[in-house]
Amino acid sequence: MSDRIFGVFGLLLAAFYLWQASVIELSFISDPFGPRAFPYMIGVVLAIASAVVLWKPDTEPEWPAFPRLFEIGVAAAVMIAYAMFLKDYGFVACTTVAAAYLSWRLGARPVSAMVAGVAIAVGIYVIFHLVLGLSLARGPWGF
Amino acid sequence: MDTLASLADGFAVALTFQNLLLALVGCFLGTIIGALPGLGPSNGVAILIPLAFTLGLPATPALILLTSVYYGAMYGGRISSILLNIPGDEPALMTTLDGYPMARAGQAGEALAISGLASFVGAFFATWGLVFLAPQLVKVALLFGPAEYFALFVLAFATLGGIASRNQAKAAFAAALGLGISTIGVDGQTGVPRFSFGEVHLYDGIDFLVAIVGLFALSEVFIFLEHRAGGSGSDRSMKVGRIVPPWKMVRATLPAMGRSTILGFIAGVLPGAGASLGSFISYTFEKRLSDRNGTFGKGDPRGVAAPEAGNNAAAGGALVPMLALGVPGSGTTAVLLAMLLALNITPGPLLFQQNPDVVWGLIAALFIGNLMLLAMNLPLVSLFVRVLLVPTRYLMPAVAMISFVGIYGISGSTFDLVVMVAFGVIGWVLRKLDVPLVPIILGVLLGDQMEKNLRRAMTIHNGDWTMLFDSWLAIALWSFAIIGFVLPLIVGRYLRPKLADEPIAEGADPD
Repeated sequence: MSDRIFGVFGLLLAAFYLWQASVIELSFISDPFGPRAFPYMIGVVLAIASAVVLWKPDTEPEWPAFPRLFEIGVAAAVMIAYAMFLKDYGFVACTTVAAAYLSWRLGARPVSAMVAGVAIAVGIYVIFHLVLGLSLARGPWGF
Repeated sequence: MDTLASLADGFAVALTFQNLLLALVGCFLGTIIGALPGLGPSNGVAILIPLAFTLGLPATPALILLTSVYYGAMYGGRISSILLNIPGDEPALMTTLDGYPMARAGQAGEALAISGLASFVGAFFATWGLVFLAPQLVKVALLFGPAEYFALFVLAFATLGGIASRNQAKAAFAAALGLGISTIGVDGQTGVPRFSFGEVHLYDGIDFLVAIVGLFALSEVFIFLEHRAGGSGSDRSMKVGRIVPPWKMVRATLPAMGRSTILGFIAGVLPGAGASLGSFISYTFEKRLSDRNGTFGKGDPRGVAAPEAGNNAAAGGALVPMLALGVPGSGTTAVLLAMLLALNITPGPLLFQQNPDVVWGLIAALFIGNLMLLAMNLPLVSLFVRVLLVPTRYLMPAVAMISFVGIYGISGSTFDLVVMVAFGVIGWVLRKLDVPLVPIILGVLLGDQMEKNLRRAMTIHNGDWTMLFDSWLAIALWSFAIIGFVLPLIVGRYLRPKLADEPIAEGADPD
């Protein structure tokens, strides 16, 4: 069933891609092939491959139960929030929170997760920023 | 003896203090990365690329650092295979079959020593193979025009999909997806934006490093979250014992190492095969050939030597097409290619002519790195054994955060970080659906070159399609591509590696 859904999704993606390829505006300078031809080829391959998957699906993969899916969703949300807040609150603060959260969800006890978060954030800051001179996001407190 | 003279020049490049230090650091990090379950050569190298890049290393030192990591990871993968029965990375899967039984029989030290030696033999001779084969391939590649290059790219995708994956349709889907991603952004030839939906961030296209780190490294974090793997076997006793193998055992395994080196090297050179296939073929062949008393699978030293020599030889072999043609033969070499492209160096025949110092410096560094790895992996192996005690609940957050640091360091753009998380989620879903990730990476990396060559060929011939098949070389490449894709569909049921069917494959790191 998963593969059937995947195949349908792939076909929709291919259709969308081909449609978008057909509306690429052409420039007044152009080579004989133009900017649309290669995307058309890709879109066709995408569509054929999706159709084959739809037609001959593999055995069903083992999807995790809902709580685990939710777990992954929340983790992804935390990472996106991390990216969003990085410039506002600086590298060390954001990384501490994100690393502590991940560590906690991967099975560490809350206190050790906090410690791990601080250790990872400070460790990366020291090694990559202070020693190797990489520029990291600077927060309101200067780190 | 041009080759040897070039190699000598290469040693002059590699034997500087900085490069030796980078090789040492790379070998050390690589062994750790290989040893840790959940981190393998491709995602290990993927995390380190942005770092090497942002540190402003020039091409040769950066390449030395990362290929040392690559070789090191091939050595390191065996440690957890032998001690914990958990492959540290996918190519080390076959090593568990005989390595773990040996460890349980109290021969962990011998198993580590033999496999370390086998790794050295495989990698050392494969590097010689690289020295002699790559320049020959370059001579052929100089005959290539745009049409032939286009055919070559098709060949790479076809064999990758045909040989290395279980479901050709899904491999084709992955390749098309990757190529599709590569077309996002302003078209280089006519200057019109494509698939950017008016989003300014997309005009530059999607940086392949963002895609690679997201697909390889972050998806691994999600896999671990899904399974919530606890501590990594810290409860088990890991007595290493003596780490000097008896001479008798070395002598008994030498022929196995030799044969596996050759097989592994060939598997590595073939586009799309890579180290996992190298170790699989070597082990299977060795088992058929010398398993007379049914000792394989019960702790036969030859069963440890064969896959280790095989995967390390394949690692060297996979560098041949990557350097000589610019077409990577495996996941990790694709990642290395990404770094070269990020440094504005296009591998291929021109690399050998214009930047011989890069190529030969790298090869010389590989020889030096091998000696370092041998030293690290025989006497100092117990040091790496301790690293295995780091539980994943602390390791994986660090991996995720280092990925973010690396990507942020390149662009300083939060948009890229969000795209990377999206790739991580997509990578997780695709892994669950058994869609291979390597063709996606290859597509993202090669799409631009592929289109450029196609359009160049068309421009030369005024848009005449048939000119794509106009030379013997092009026809040969197309035929190989078709055979490579179609033949496994027919006979694949008998030849296809069974290793891919193991449950580990889902969470595994493509080599």
